[in-house]
Amino acid sequence: MAVEAEGNHAPEILTNLPGVGVGSGEALEPPPNTFITRAEDVIDYCVNYGRKYSLWPMPFATACCGIELMAVGASRFDIARFGAEVMRFSPRQCDLLIVAGRVVMKMLPVLQRIWLQMPEPKWCISMGACASTGGIFDTYAVVQGVDRFIPVDAYIPGCPPRPEQILRSILDLQGKIQRGGSLNGTALPEMVAYEKSLEAKRHALAAGKTTLERGDEERYGYRLPGGQAQIGGGESL
Amino acid sequence: MTATANRSDTIDKHAATLADLEKHFGSGVFTCSNFLDQTRIHVSADRAFEILARLKNSLGFSMLVELGGVDYLGYPQRSRPRYEIVYIVLNLDTTERLIVRATLADHPSPEIASVVPLWPGANWMEREVYDMYGIRFIGHPDLRRILMPEEFTAFPLRKDYPLRGRGERHNFTRIARSDS
Ligand code: SF4
Repeated sequence: MAVEAEGNHAPEILTNLPGVGVGSGEALEPPPNTFITRAEDVIDYCVNYGRKYSLWPMPFATACCGIELMAVGASRFDIARFGAEVMRFSPRQCDLLIVAGRVVMKMLPVLQRIWLQMPEPKWCISMGACASTGGIFDTYAVVQGVDRFIPVDAYIPGCPPRPEQILRSILDLQGKIQRGGSLNGTALPEMVAYEKSLEAKRHALAAGKTTLERGDEERYGYRLPGGQAQIGGGESL
Repeated sequence: MTATANRSDTIDKHAATLADLEKHFGSGVFTCSNFLDQTRIHVSADRAFEILARLKNSLGFSMLVELGGVDYLGYPQRSRPRYEIVYIVLNLDTTERLIVRATLADHPSPEIASVVPLWPGANWMEREVYDMYGIRFIGHPDLRRILMPEEFTAFPLRKDYPLRGRGERHNFTRIARSDS
């Protein structure tokens, strides 16, 4: 690294966020509010401004929601007004994954792979009831919400959502992008913290008392973690 | 009483076909029934192939319109065995359409002869029935799952399989933002 090659300088602070620095893994004190830091703020602001108005969506349209997504791209609603019209069908060119439709268990590994192939920084919108919760398709093959397996930044309710809702979610995401993120950060730092807290919550639930849904899973013969698989629970078939 | 005695059609366009089958196989191999103007031939799984071969090779039923499976577990007032394979065959010259229903007893891995040698188009339909019900088609050239992933172990359309599955749909690793 250039900083280390020139001598043993103290790590140079490149962002104004606590704990994010170059050349050190430890948490650093937030730097004093100097001119440099404010200049970084300006740079971050500009970078975020550029990012939020040049989203390149990857349309992962697996069902009827995809049709509504096409309407958003067409002239009446015109997603180009918000700078997100450059739909690309290779994840390597995109930074916004729009999951539009049901995802079944055979498709989920593909979705995860697509997410991993997208370069940072990247965001994800879960569009419609199906992508967000499984919708009415509460069956053995349909994943009950893609947010169980990939990070999601914005959810759109509806079946299918109106195009205006999709535009609204793009605007919300733009606000989110403007608030977080920095020139050198690869993702949104505020979201890393949020993800961690979610993760902790998930484990706390699994280890502690069971939620209503988990009780339901048992009733329908799920394989609970570490438990026995049951056929049909106590239901009479 | 012949196998065709309980049929009530006045103009019976299946008469010649059924007479031929009866002459060829004798009574007791199959029975007939009528439902919504459709004539069904009920036969046990081990004799189904012979009947279908006769229909295809001698009686001109050159097209297999549909091949599907049914699980009748717990069906009210059911006297026949648990599984049925339904073949719908069509004679393209006379437009005569017959339904053949082969019954299979309850077994973890029921078996029936494949009809791919008769109608190559049965290939994927039999794979689907295998995928959903676990019924093995003996003599099928490529009996693999067609809809569910290869690593899936259950047969989801069996009636004793819970609608929401046994947790297979959520048996994946979670990718957090810090991993990607
Ligand atoms: S939410 Fe409604 S419109 Fe969207 S994929 Fe599901 S069923 Fe289709």
